Parts: sequence; structure tokens; C-alpha cells
Amino acid sequence: MDPVTSIRPLLAIAVAGLAALTILLLHNREKLRDLVSPVAAIVMFAIVASMAPTVLSGGTVDLRLFEILPGVDFAFRADALGMVFATVSSLLWIVAAVYSIGYMRHLHEHAQTRFFACFATSLAAAVGGAFAANLFTLVIFYEVLSLVTYPLVYHHEDEEGWSGSRKYLVYLMGASKSALLAALALTYQIAGSLDFVAGGLLADVDASAALLTVVYFCYLFGFAKAAVMPMHAWLPAAMVAPTPVSALLHAVAVVKMGVFCVLRVVFDVFGVGLVGKLGLGIATAYLVSFTILMASIYALTRDDLKARLAYSTVSQLSYIVLGAVLLSPVAMIGGIIHIAAHAFSKITLFFCAGSIYCASGKRNISDMAGIGRRLPWTMGAFFVASLSMIGIPPTAGFVSKWYLAQGSVEAGQVAFLAVLLTSSILNAAYFLPVSYAAFFEAEPEESRAAVHEIPMVTIPLVATAILSVLMGIFPGYFLTLADGVVR
Amino acid sequence: MSVPLLSLIVLLPAAGAVVLMFLRSEDAVRWTALGITGLDLALSIVMLVGFDTTTHEMQFTERRPWVPALGITYALGVDGISALFVFLTALLGSTSVLASWTAIESKVKEFMISLLVMQALMLGVFCALDLFLFYVFWEAMLIPMYLIIGVWGGDGRVYAAFKFFLYTLAGSLLFLIGVIVLYFQGGETFDILALTAQDLPFPVQSWLFFAFLIAFAVKVPMVPVHTWLPDAHVQAPTAGSIILAGVLLKMGAYGFLRFSLPMLPEASVYFSTLMLMLSALAIVYGGLLALAQDDLKKLVAYSSISHMGFVTLGIFALNLRGLQGSILQMFNHGVTTGALFLFVGLIYERTHSRSIADYGGLMKVAPVYTSFLALFTLSSMALPGTNSFVGELLVLSGGFAANLALGAAAVLGALLSAAYLLGMYRRVALGPATVGARYKIRDVNAREMVAILPLALFVLWVGLYPKPFLEIIDASVKHLLVQVHGKEGSQ
Repeated sequence: MDPVTSIRPLLAIAVAGLAALTILLLHNREKLRDLVSPVAAIVMFAIVASMAPTVLSGGTVDLRLFEILPGVDFAFRADALGMVFATVSSLLWIVAAVYSIGYMRHLHEHAQTRFFACFATSLAAAVGGAFAANLFTLVIFYEVLSLVTYPLVYHHEDEEGWSGSRKYLVYLMGASKSALLAALALTYQIAGSLDFVAGGLLADVDASAALLTVVYFCYLFGFAKAAVMPMHAWLPAAMVAPTPVSALLHAVAVVKMGVFCVLRVVFDVFGVGLVGKLGLGIATAYLVSFTILMASIYALTRDDLKARLAYSTVSQLSYIVLGAVLLSPVAMIGGIIHIAAHAFSKITLFFCAGSIYCASGKRNISDMAGIGRRLPWTMGAFFVASLSMIGIPPTAGFVSKWYLAQGSVEAGQVAFLAVLLTSSILNAAYFLPVSYAAFFEAEPEESRAAVHEIPMVTIPLVATAILSVLMGIFPGYFLTLADGVVR
Repeated sequence: MSVPLLSLIVLLPAAGAVVLMFLRSEDAVRWTALGITGLDLALSIVMLVGFDTTTHEMQFTERRPWVPALGITYALGVDGISALFVFLTALLGSTSVLASWTAIESKVKEFMISLLVMQALMLGVFCALDLFLFYVFWEAMLIPMYLIIGVWGGDGRVYAAFKFFLYTLAGSLLFLIGVIVLYFQGGETFDILALTAQDLPFPVQSWLFFAFLIAFAVKVPMVPVHTWLPDAHVQAPTAGSIILAGVLLKMGAYGFLRFSLPMLPEASVYFSTLMLMLSALAIVYGGLLALAQDDLKKLVAYSSISHMGFVTLGIFALNLRGLQGSILQMFNHGVTTGALFLFVGLIYERTHSRSIADYGGLMKVAPVYTSFLALFTLSSMALPGTNSFVGELLVLSGGFAANLALGAAAVLGALLSAAYLLGMYRRVALGPATVGARYKIRDVNAREMVAILPLALFVLWVGLYPKPFLEIIDASVKHLLVQVHGKEGSQ
């Protein structure tokens, strides 16, 4: 099918950018300002959705603006992989926008204008990355995302905020100004272009295997947002941000940008063939398996709920990379749809953590005994999302893990099946006790008073919990897209 | 071409300096200086618009006999490389006048005259096609610059001005010897184009290469002859720093491009690895020094050493991307570092402190200032989407092709630049507002915005659409490669 030329990819980015500007202009009219984000989110989602039919039927929506350097254009392309990321981000922005208003108002947070403006810009950057047609365009949005999320991380402007945000920026910028920069310069030198090419830009170049291997690992660690160990420490540090940020950005937009970039490199820069030929697939698979297991063990030891969720994210991100580098079609599909599955479930879990904090001021799991009786909706949603993270049907996580497991068998790598199973047990071990304590343990006397659900916070998290189940029952949309990537 | 456009561009500031002598009121002096530099900028844009990008030949050429007995002519002309620098010089000229509007309080007339004379001489250097004429402009620049630092500088201005003078003069003397050798070896002519066409024997090339190297390395400056730069920058008034970083440093690199590479191609190739090593050293060492600074001006000054290392790295990669990148990076560095010095000057005018430790939370009291500071800081650290990233990507791409290990060392410098620039920004702009308590800080005014906006425009323009800039230099760069490698190896 011929590519469709349309301004819609740019329009989707522009909506969020304009929303950020509008928010800044309306800084002293709070009610109106707060309305901007949900409206922009709905418009953005509609624009993204309007491209879905074309992409689902195997086409792409292209927009080439101008040439930056010979072989490098400022260009956009909505293809199957980009649509997975863009759909998830724009859909969840609607929910997160509502949630943020409830959360920020309830806690009387300061600097709300800056918060909402940076939030909207982050979404512009995420969708810009999703629709980027080459590495240059992608990296521009990648870096914008690092920068505009920085004020969101230091939001509280206290000691903890400054040190956490410093670590955040040091890791992300450090990786991109060293490994990523070198990878880009070398790729441009070797291939004379930075375009994404089906089958791999570097597939047929004349370069030594050693050099290509170096370039590959420069990408893998340069895109630190993917949080492959040892480049993961920024993510727990970013948890000092207000919870809506942790939810949409540090469970969906930012981290998915990282794995999305890694998938782009595997599929469209190196190509599955070259990654296999150089033996990089298996090497990466072992590397991310280590991350999967180690991060789960870290998660087990954390009592702070958001920290536990952060380490769980580190672990789950590596599932996505694992799926891609196993290089079997089924495993790749599993990895790609895990972008969506993990997003729906993890955002729910973070929303729950925020809801608990808003309602009771509690952050530590050990203080949450019996809280399920005060916050039944919140803890109910938490339980559903936990099931999805563990991979129990009929939730979204089951579908992606099923494909991943089947894929590792198909690839003849049964060792990774063991990794997946062990990890699932660990997931159960660090998620289920939270639900158990919340519903079955006795509530301490002093914390009973005045803890109740906050509607504007609870409704969004119930919605995302429902999404987690819906995707488990109707995974067709994401499966079709993933199939389009693999084909 | 009937109108001698280049002569107009070069002589207009000089004529303006004469006019200033007859003015009484300080405001009249300021406005006239601004008018002259603005007109000069307009003329340079006319020149760029009329520039033919398809040829490497010198354009807008003018030739008038000057001292025929010695073969000296008044010859001006520009190719793609110099055209870009003529424009940069003109652009920073008006920026400098605006930056000095209120910062210079004493002897305003004399200061503006020095600025205009300086501008005329710098433009002369980039336009000269006669080696003797070039040398006259090159040497004469020392005098107004010495005055700008020595008269209107900070407390240590005399020491700094003298150090600047001595270093540059020492380099220039070697350059003079080189010029004389070239004159006699090259058939007793000062015509740069004729000298370029000469085929000098390798030993002569080698000696000349080192004579030129020292002269140009002082200007760039390359490690280890860089120590005059921080002193000069710290003591110079803002306009002096802008000119110094924006234009003067480019002259060393321009010297490599105009003389070393085309006139001494075999020596350039032979010594290229040495030059790459010195460049990588400057990149890393300059970056490390910048990391340790508390003085804003010193930080930007040391960052310049690191960034100019990228420029020389690109030049001596001796391939297309390296050269394209380094020339573009010179333009970028002029814009971005010029802007950073302007910003240091703006805040110094308000608080009389350049110590990073004295600042904090500036975002809260001066949001416009800090937003633009963010843009230029990110540009300086080469964030994708800004001008320097395009240059850096090209330079590294060329650098990797020339020498993988030294390319990797340069990447380390890029990492360092992120560290010291983001660290500086965080400590100055973010955090609790400590400055507001002690000083009444006013955000940027309209006059300052006029100085800032064109520079901001180029940060994003070159960052996203560098094509017009690369087109200007394209034919000249390709021709330069043919001169260095011969027809075959012109990749």
C-alpha cells in the first residue's frame, strides 16, 4: 500500500505543543487552564486514531518537511511500531490529565502552571518520537523529553527533589552525550544516512563486525531511557516527582520512548538479519534477562510503594527488549504488545499509589494494612493491575507474556522461558502481599479517620484497570499493529 | 560588479569611526555606532544573497595596485568560507555595540571608535586576497583589541591585555617569517591565490607548517598556548569577549583553512595525526578546566578552548564532513558563545558578580533571561535541534573516519560539555532564589532583546535547517579537499 502524505503526524505533536503554550498564557485563570490538558489530550488521541485505519491495513502516513543534512530529513512517518507507542501515549494522556487535576488540586501543589505546561510538552515529545522517520528527528524529540520532564522531577524543589532530578539528568544526558552521540556519528559515517529502513539501514554496509557491535551497544546504553542495567538508576531517582508524572511519564511516555528507540535500532537501523548475524541478539537477551531478574529482586526489597513500582518498571521494560532481540516473529510481537500491556497496568498501579497518598498520606507498603476497606476501588484496581503484571488471564499482561513465552520456545531458547517464569513468580511475590495486606490485615486504630476515595483520582484509575482487562480480552488492535511491524 | 561591495563592507566601519570623532553627545555616539554596524550587517546580507554557491572561485573581487614594486596589491574577494565569516563578523558587530550601550560608562566615544576600527580590520582579514594586506589587517587588530581590554577591562586588565599582546605578537612574528619565506619561495608575489597554486618542496612545507601552526594555534587557541585566553576574557568588557570569542578565535582556524591546507597540502596530511591529537587534547583538557570553574566568564572561556578543539579536529580530519562540520561549528560557536558572553555581561551589569556561587533561583526573578540562557546553554552543549549539534555530528563523523580513538576522545569532551554547562545552569537559574534578596534584578529590556533575538534565531535555524549555510561553503570545501588530496582522494 502506498504511503499517504498527510500533515496529521505533525498536527498531533502540535496539539500538545499548543496546549503547553495555552497553559502558560492562562497561568492566572486556573479553572480554564486545567481544562486545556484534557481537551488537548482528546484532540490528540482523535488525530492519532484517525491514522489507525491506514496503518492497520499496512500503510504509513508520511510527512517530509525539509532536508537537515544530506541523507537526513526532518521527517515524520506513522507506521505500525510508531502507532503502538502513539496510541498508548495519547490514550493514557486523557486519563492522566483528569487524574493530574484531581491530584494536584487535592494536595494544593505549587507551580501547577509549570507542571501542566511541561506535562503537555512531554506528550508532544513522546508522540514526536513515535512518528519520527529517522534517527535525527527521533533524537531531537528524545532530548526534548529528557529536558521537559526535568522540571517535573524537581517539582517539589526540596533537597530530595534536587538530588533526584540531578541523578535523572546526569544519567539521561550523560548517556546521550556519550554513547548515543558516538553511535549517531558512526552510523552517519558508515551509512551516510540516518533514515529508518525496513530490514535495516546498516544491513548491507561495508563495516567491520567489531565496529558494528560497538555501535550497537552504544545505542543500547545510549538510549538510557530503556533502563537496561546498569543505566537504570535514574528511574527510581525520578520517583521524587509528583505521582501523575511517575504514572504517565515514568511508566509510559519516557520509558517507552527508551524501549521504542531500542526497537527502532533493532528493526530499522540494524535490521533483524544483521543483529542475528553478529550474534548480538543472544548477547542482549542475556543482558536484559539479568535486568529482568535483578530489578525484580530489588523490587522485593523496597517498602516505598513507588520505589517498588519503579524497579518493577525496570524489569518489565527489559521484557520488551527481550522480545525484540529473541528475533523470532512471535517473540517480537510479544515484546511490541507488551509496550501497551505494561503501560495500561503500570499506570494503574501508579495511579493507585497516588490515590493512597492523596487519601492517607501513606507511601510505605508496611503502613497500608487494611487500607482496602477505606479505598476499595483503588485497591481493587491495584489488584487487577497486579494480576496483569504477573500475567494472569484475562488481563493484558497475560497476552504479551504468552507471546513472549511462545516466542522464546520458537527461537529455541528455552532458558529465557525459565527467566520469564521466574520473573512472574517474583512479580507475584512483590505485588500480591500489597493487596493481601490492604484487604486482609487488620487496620491500625489511628489511621481510620477521614480516609476515603477522591472521585477525580479514583475514576481514572478504575478506567485504566478496565483498559488492562479489555486489552486482555480484545488484543486485536495491538496484535495487528505488531504483526505489521514483524512482517 | 561595478559597486565595490567588499570595500564598502570593510571600510564602512572605519569611516564610521572617523564620523564618531566629531560627535559630542554619548547618545549620538551610541546610535551612530549602531547605525553603522547595522548598515554593515545589511551590506553583508546583500553580499550573501548575491553569492554564487556553485563555484569555489573568489567572488566580488577587487584589485588595485598598491606597491607594484614589491608585488603588493589591494586585493579583496570572498569564497564560501570567508563569506560566512564576513557575515558572522558583521552580525556580532552590532551585537557588541548593543552589549556596550550601558555597560561602558567612561570614554564611550573612544570605545565605540575602537570597536568600529576593530570590526573594519577583522572584515579586512577575511576579505584579503593579498598576503601582505592580510598581514597588515592581522597585526593591526592587536591595537584596538589591546585597548578594548586594557582601557575598559576589569581590575587586572593591564596584565591581561599585555599577556594577550605578547602571545599574539610572538605568534605573529613567526607568521611574518613564514610570509617572507613564502614570498621568496613562491616567486616574489603576495597574491594568495598564486601562492596557493605553487608546489612547494616538502621540507619547506614542513617548516612553514610549524611556523604557521604556532601563529594560528595561539589564536585558536590550542593547548598548550591557550593560557592568555581566560585572562583576556575575564578582564575584557562584554563586547571585547564577544569579539574575542566570536571572531578572533576563528581567525586561527581560518588561517589553517586559507594557508596551511591549500598551500602546504603534503605537510598538512603528514602532520594531521599530530593535529588531531592536539585537538583531542584541547577538547578534553578545556572541558576539564571548564568543569572546575566558579567564574562564569572563565567557564565560557575554557569551554571555548574545548569547542575550538572540535573545530581543529574537523579541519585536520581532512575529509568532507570534518571540514563542513568545523566551518559550520565556527559559525555556531561565534553565535552561541557570543551570546553566552552577552548573557554573562547582562547579569554582571545587574549584580557585579560573576561567581556562580553567588547565584541561584534566577528563574524566579528573571524568567525571560533564564529562558534564553537555557537556549544558549543547550546550544553550547550541542543538544539535538540546536546549531552546535549539526556541527558536532559532522565533525565527529569526519573525526571517526580519520581516527577512531581520537574521535572517541572527542566524544568524552562532548560529555564534559554537558556536565559543566548543565551544572552551571542548574546552579545559576534553579534552586531557591538567593540573588533576589541581595540585588534587585531586572529582566531583559527591549534593547537587550534586540541583541539576543538574532542570535537565538540562528541557534534554531542552523539546528534544524543548516542547508543554506552548508550550501554557501560547499563548493569551497570541495575545492579545498581537491587541493589537499589531489583530484582522486577528494572524499
